[in-house]
Amino acid sequence: MRIARPPRLLTFRSGGLAPILVILAVLLILLTARQPDFLSPPSLMSFLGRSAPVVLLAAGQYFVIVSGELDLSVGSLVTAQVVIAARLIDGDPSAGRPVAVLLLAFGIAVGLVNGLVTTLLRVPSFITTLGMFLILVGAVYLWSDGAPKGGLSEEFRRLGRSAFEDLPVLGRIPYALVVLLAAAAAALVLTRSDFGRTLVAVGGNPRTAELSGVRVWRAKTMAFVLSSVAATLAAVLIGGYSGVSFQAGAGLEFGAITAAVLGGVALGGGRGSVVGAMLGALTLETLFTLMNFYGVSGALRPTVQGAIILLAVAAASFRLPSR
Amino acid sequence: MTVLAVSALLVLSGCATDEPTTGASGSPSAGTGSGTGEQSKFFVRADYDKQLALLDATPTGPAGKPWEQALNPEMVETAKFKKPGPYKICFSNAGLNNPWRQVGFKTMRAEVDTHRGRISEFVHVDAEGKDQKQIADINDLLGKGCHALIVSPNTTATLTPAVEAACRKGLPVIVFDRGVDTTCPVTFINPIGGYGFGHVAAEFVSQKMKAGGKVLALRILPGVDALETRWAAAKIAFDKAGVDIVGVEFTDGDPARTKKIVNDYIQRYGTIDGVWMDAGAVAGAAVEAFEDAGKPVPPINGEDQLDFLKLWKDKKLTAIAPTYPTYQWRTPIIAALKILDGEQVPNPWKLPQPTITRDNLDEYVDPTMPPLHYAMCGCTDLPGYPRRWK
Repeated sequence: MRIARPPRLLTFRSGGLAPILVILAVLLILLTARQPDFLSPPSLMSFLGRSAPVVLLAAGQYFVIVSGELDLSVGSLVTAQVVIAARLIDGDPSAGRPVAVLLLAFGIAVGLVNGLVTTLLRVPSFITTLGMFLILVGAVYLWSDGAPKGGLSEEFRRLGRSAFEDLPVLGRIPYALVVLLAAAAAALVLTRSDFGRTLVAVGGNPRTAELSGVRVWRAKTMAFVLSSVAATLAAVLIGGYSGVSFQAGAGLEFGAITAAVLGGVALGGGRGSVVGAMLGALTLETLFTLMNFYGVSGALRPTVQGAIILLAVAAASFRLPSR
Repeated sequence: MTVLAVSALLVLSGCATDEPTTGASGSPSAGTGSGTGEQSKFFVRADYDKQLALLDATPTGPAGKPWEQALNPEMVETAKFKKPGPYKICFSNAGLNNPWRQVGFKTMRAEVDTHRGRISEFVHVDAEGKDQKQIADINDLLGKGCHALIVSPNTTATLTPAVEAACRKGLPVIVFDRGVDTTCPVTFINPIGGYGFGHVAAEFVSQKMKAGGKVLALRILPGVDALETRWAAAKIAFDKAGVDIVGVEFTDGDPARTKKIVNDYIQRYGTIDGVWMDAGAVAGAAVEAFEDAGKPVPPINGEDQLDFLKLWKDKKLTAIAPTYPTYQWRTPIIAALKILDGEQVPNPWKLPQPTITRDNLDEYVDPTMPPLHYAMCGCTDLPGYPRRWK
């Protein structure tokens, strides 16, 4: 493990932030060329607000990926949380807080199961979380008879939909963006802590970490819990943004993984930064917006995501020997 | 990973519509950008003309009970099926996997309850949206001594042989909602259909907006015949009206994606003058996108789901709601009893397909009913209303 040095940001060392910043800048230039007022405050704020859930999920996914695992269950967890929230709140404004606590507990429980099954039972996380994905999809389906019931209250939706209005210069700041900034700060603190460094060590070489006294299972389980908590937060924002739907979390796990990989987080673990993962998510959202502005069919999104994953992994393994 | 991603997306979006997911391999023919592009592969001119003509037809049958009415009926003899009651009626259901089918099935069970003296047993088998299960279900039901068999097929082509096998057993078979490729059932019940739906919505949107305005068309997913026909009819209406279609986008029935798409288009074009939708599920999300962007909501169409109707009334939208009425779930029970009585029934039994407009909106908005309830259920006079539908 190296000590962080100031110029690190600008070097092209693998896992550094320079590549993703360059890609993001290029996309933003292309976007403003097509749509000059994209960077104007109201439009930018709305873009950042609605991108917040994916950025959160990418941050959660960072912890799992850097520890050498993968979390495919976050999308279905988002759907489950939104459907559960709608059914329990059922339009009742006062139910918001208790239900939020319940969602958090459920999220943590899902993360614990993912983590413990992966570490203690030694099931590959790809399989564990795929199983969790299917369990959640099926359970939600069964529980709601195939159609979401109830509805979210306006109060519950405010966090994902409303904003601080009438501010100078920026105009409005979506609550979602504030939530995102707070979560990003917390994630950054976590990665700089002992736990954060341990996690990278575990992902880089679990055997060495184990031998040097790290409890690998605990670190990895914590990573899964963090990912599930991020998904819970994302679910609250998504439910707020667009209301209850079975589609709420569809495909988000791949969005988050693509974002993390795009942001320089190495699949297989040990390298990458949480800031990179979050920038990756913003870049991906920018790319999709760009595609829309240039009239490219939205049906191409999964293809683009897949291509990014393949390219990023290929690029990462290409420069691996120079580490 | 890509394959997994794509298939996961497909799985997750598969239950987004209330219409048949026929195995048809039609590709999205809609062009993105401007213009409506070439016509859908699913477009059949004769069907289109027939459905548009039916929109103006006067139904025969008891007033105020559209589920007993028929458009241009051609009656068929059923004397050979006449039997003394009480009857065992069996129903092979494609699935209960969306709110439309949920509301429909509750309505059907309530209809059965009104005939308790004449129906001794009502057997329902849910195929859970799987063709193979439904084929097996129908086969099983044939050995159960049913007096009449009602089938709501999951897909058209695959279920046809199973329905034909049932016909050969000699019991009256009644098909409704999605059709089959055989004339052997005694009657086939459904409302006017997708062309009528798409046409009504597109005409409204193009008439209510300024000439040559910009329209965004939002579709659920490509390749589903009932949805393709809606778009095909809308295309013709929009082209005739000289409307500028700035985008045709697929939402997967996902409100978040819908909001993002609409938001992008508002940013890209400044204003959107009309929104056309092939199904109502995400109409609320589209309306919210305009509100959140601080723009007036342009003329838009939804469907008869209560969340949209409430929004329409509260926000005084310029809107219309063509329907694919859930009251059609009452008709098969009525038809079965008529057939077992030896009475004539229409075949095909084309039900009226009412449109909710500003003038009759108040009749359908009921704030006490759940947001995903379909107002055109024709169920308010049935036993257990409203509790049963909540």
